[in-house]
Amino acid sequence: MNLEFSPEEIAFRDEVRSFIRDNYPKELVGLGNREDLTREQFLAWHKILGKKGWSAPAWPKKYGGTGWTSTQRYIWSEENARVDAMMPLPFGVSMVGPVIYTFGNEEQKAKHLPGILSGDVWWAQGYSEPGAGSDLASLKTTAVRDGDHYILNGQKTWTTLAQHADWGFFLCRTDPSAKAQEGISFILVDMKTPGIEVRPIKLIDGTHEVNETWLTDVRVPVENLVGKENEGWTYAKFLLAHERSGIAGVARSKRGVERLRSIATQETLDGTPLIKTDEFARKISQLEIDLTALEFTELRTLASEAAGKGPGPESSILKIKGTEIQQRLTELTLEAVGNYGAPYARGMMHDGTNEVGVGPDYSNFSADSYFNMRKTSIYGGSNEIQRNIISKMILGL
Amino acid sequence: MDFNFTEEQTMIRDSLARLIKDQYDFDTRRKVVASKDGWRPEMWAQFAELGLLAAPFSEEDGGLGGGPIDAMVVMEEFGKGLVVEPFLQTVILAGGFLKAGTDAQKQDHLAALISGERVFAFAYAEPKGRYNLADLETTATKDGSGWKISGHKAVVIGAPWASHLIVTARTSGGRRDAKGVGVFIVAKDAKGVTTRDYPTVDGRRASEVYFDNVTVSAEAVIGDPSDSLGLVEKVTDEAIAALCAEACGAMKVANAQTVEYSKTRKQFGTPIGKFQVLQHRMADMFIEHEQSVSMTYMATLKLEEDEVTRKKAASAAKVRIGQGGRFVGQQSIQIHGGMGMTDELAIGHYFKRLTMIDSEFGNVDHHLKRYTELSAADVAVAAE
Ligand SMILES: Cc1cc2nc3c(=O)[nH]c(=O)nc-3n(C[C@H](O)[C@H](O)[C@H](O)COP(=O)(O)OP(=O)(O)OC[C@H]3O[C@@H](n4cnc5c(N)ncnc54)[C@H](O)[C@@H]3O)c2cc1C
Ligand SMILES: Cc1cc2nc3c(=O)[nH]c(=O)nc-3n(C[C@H](O)[C@H](O)[C@H](O)COP(=O)(O)OP(=O)(O)OC[C@H]3O[C@@H](n4cnc5c(N)ncnc54)[C@H](O)[C@@H]3O)c2cc1C
Repeated sequence: MNLEFSPEEIAFRDEVRSFIRDNYPKELVGLGNREDLTREQFLAWHKILGKKGWSAPAWPKKYGGTGWTSTQRYIWSEENARVDAMMPLPFGVSMVGPVIYTFGNEEQKAKHLPGILSGDVWWAQGYSEPGAGSDLASLKTTAVRDGDHYILNGQKTWTTLAQHADWGFFLCRTDPSAKAQEGISFILVDMKTPGIEVRPIKLIDGTHEVNETWLTDVRVPVENLVGKENEGWTYAKFLLAHERSGIAGVARSKRGVERLRSIATQETLDGTPLIKTDEFARKISQLEIDLTALEFTELRTLASEAAGKGPGPESSILKIKGTEIQQRLTELTLEAVGNYGAPYARGMMHDGTNEVGVGPDYSNFSADSYFNMRKTSIYGGSNEIQRNIISKMILGL
Repeated sequence: MDFNFTEEQTMIRDSLARLIKDQYDFDTRRKVVASKDGWRPEMWAQFAELGLLAAPFSEEDGGLGGGPIDAMVVMEEFGKGLVVEPFLQTVILAGGFLKAGTDAQKQDHLAALISGERVFAFAYAEPKGRYNLADLETTATKDGSGWKISGHKAVVIGAPWASHLIVTARTSGGRRDAKGVGVFIVAKDAKGVTTRDYPTVDGRRASEVYFDNVTVSAEAVIGDPSDSLGLVEKVTDEAIAALCAEACGAMKVANAQTVEYSKTRKQFGTPIGKFQVLQHRMADMFIEHEQSVSMTYMATLKLEEDEVTRKKAASAAKVRIGQGGRFVGQQSIQIHGGMGMTDELAIGHYFKRLTMIDSEFGNVDHHLKRYTELSAADVAVAAE
């Protein structure tokens, strides 16, 4: 055990730091991880990384990964978080990509992996349905074989940013008579196929982050089936485990703590910076301590993954603690800005008369971020479901 | 001891509940909030007609002879309906100040307030003042027999709808001194008043209000211009009690909707309300609401007691309601799953309102500190 970076690792850190400094798009600075960016804004950094060959560090080298060690990947996320970089969205790079290179055939790899790496193709995740949330295996969307096509019918929902998507990966029922988990297939769908309708869902912070995706007689070539028919659940679970391990968001939360600290230095209580008051200083300390515990838990998990063990049920810890910390961060930020948490900056953006925001810049969107972050304990397997996983899989209850 | 409501109070509650049910359903509210003005003056007229605007005032002052309990009843119903109209700002706050005003002020303003003609907002917070009511950079300086006011008031709730503002300003002393705080009535169309109006995250409207050498007459002063912090604290404590009642109403509906949702939403072949972890969560939400109601009664009943008792009661209630409201709001969303995150369902709007109530007139930390300081002062007195 050893916490120090080697000289090579320090050289690596300096290299990525200067690459980010020289190449991170200026127009994205300060936008952080907002939910209401344009397609171009979402993809700008991804495309630059794609050209450099750095868009998917976790992938095996032969599919376009960087071949970095887990320490290098850790450094990479830290350095990106320092500038609050808009990282490649998870749907391609962290979700469908690994499924395709692990379970897909050569044609699928050749066709899809390059677009995922380059950031030219936007993917959406078509798992959840109105009746199938936590109980994903109860999904009802069907795919019926018709010659060399599947015909898809059903409704998906909560499809994040599907309004921008070129492709989607969908879980569909191909054998209605089999047990819930056994008749599901994993199918790639071109979102321009006739019969797909994407309808916006407005969230409580006013953003258009998710959609309903309706499928009516959508004809999809059978070669878009990944792996074997009726074995989609295995791939779906593989993907969920990957989704969970990325969800800890340690580097980003560290940056969030720094930002909170800076806000608490500028905000005052009876003339004293908030950061100098016991109450608030201790809250930040508590958050940092929790974050440190999470960070070291993640490092341990990465180390055991590097030793050849895939992400196991322990990744539920990362999901639970990571999201609780993200939520707490936005809660404290809202608390720090005091009265200026109330103005609805997004409402001012759309009324055409006012410029965005009143009060200090950092107060804009503070309430909205807090509201929006409630999603994190619901999606990716809710935190209740994660605790069920720990109880069942680890504690044997 | 008696925790029952009078016949009049029950009548107010019932008729208001009916009005809200008939004319303030969630879809209507959504449309109103999104409309250009963001409120309904015609609804305000109905409140006046129902006697709500007169309820807490004495008969001499042209009211119906009620008091804080009547206000509590009204505010709880408003909380249930997520009502945006500025009852708190106009009736509780401006009304609270005017009760302490001169006969001339009452004749001029209180009558117009009760009839629904005049709507008020309370301009007290400042960009750097946080929740300290004495932390004022806005100044009022003597100008002949009247006053000249300059400064910037932050996030003045309801100001876009108001015809008049109640403004706190420093007349003497240093920035946070207890002495030297004055209270003024200023017409919003007075020369030198400018506003920047905007929506708030919980569906209301607010303004940044700028005063640039606004002159007002001596008749605009409420109370002693050199020493009115005590009055400001008294009236804001009344507002805190009312706000707590609003939060109780919002928590009650949020809890009811969540329990109902958990009975109908099925996953894994069973209503999610059958999962014990959610049952216990909802039991805790129920407890939070009940305790909030208790604290709201307590604070409301102690409003007329001595200063320290009143202040401690208001702060204690605000702390519990801040914590309870946060828990109820967050867990309502959590138990609704993805549906809780949507703008379409009412539940998210209850969550947002509960969130913002915590920061109005001081959040949990502010009131824990105030309570602790008041207790410490008590102990010091006892030790002497
Ligand atoms: C912002 C956002 C983005 C999303 N993006 C996507 C996406 O891109 N693609 C996609 O496919 N899906 C997406 N989802 C859907 C997400 O995965 C689901 O919301 C999640 O699985 C929960 O399902 P549900 O919303 O139906 O809630 P439900 O399953 O109805 O859960 C409601 C409540 O019941 C609890 N509960 C359920 N079962 C149990 C149990 N057995 N024990 C204890 N408690 C239980 C839950 O924890 C929750 O608190 C997104 C959701 C959100 C909010
Ligand atoms: C100091 C002391 C004094 C007592 N005095 C008396 C007395 O005067 N008279 C008397 O008759 N008894 C008395 N008791 C006994 C007491 O009533 C029992 O201890 C109690 O009923 C719990 O039973 P148990 O200890 O068998 O624990 P268990 O019932 O085995 O419970 C163990 C744990 O499981 C939990 N649990 C059990 N069922 C559920 C469920 N359905 N859902 C969720 N969680 C559950 C419990 O909350 C507990 O955490 C006393 C106990 C103590 C410790």
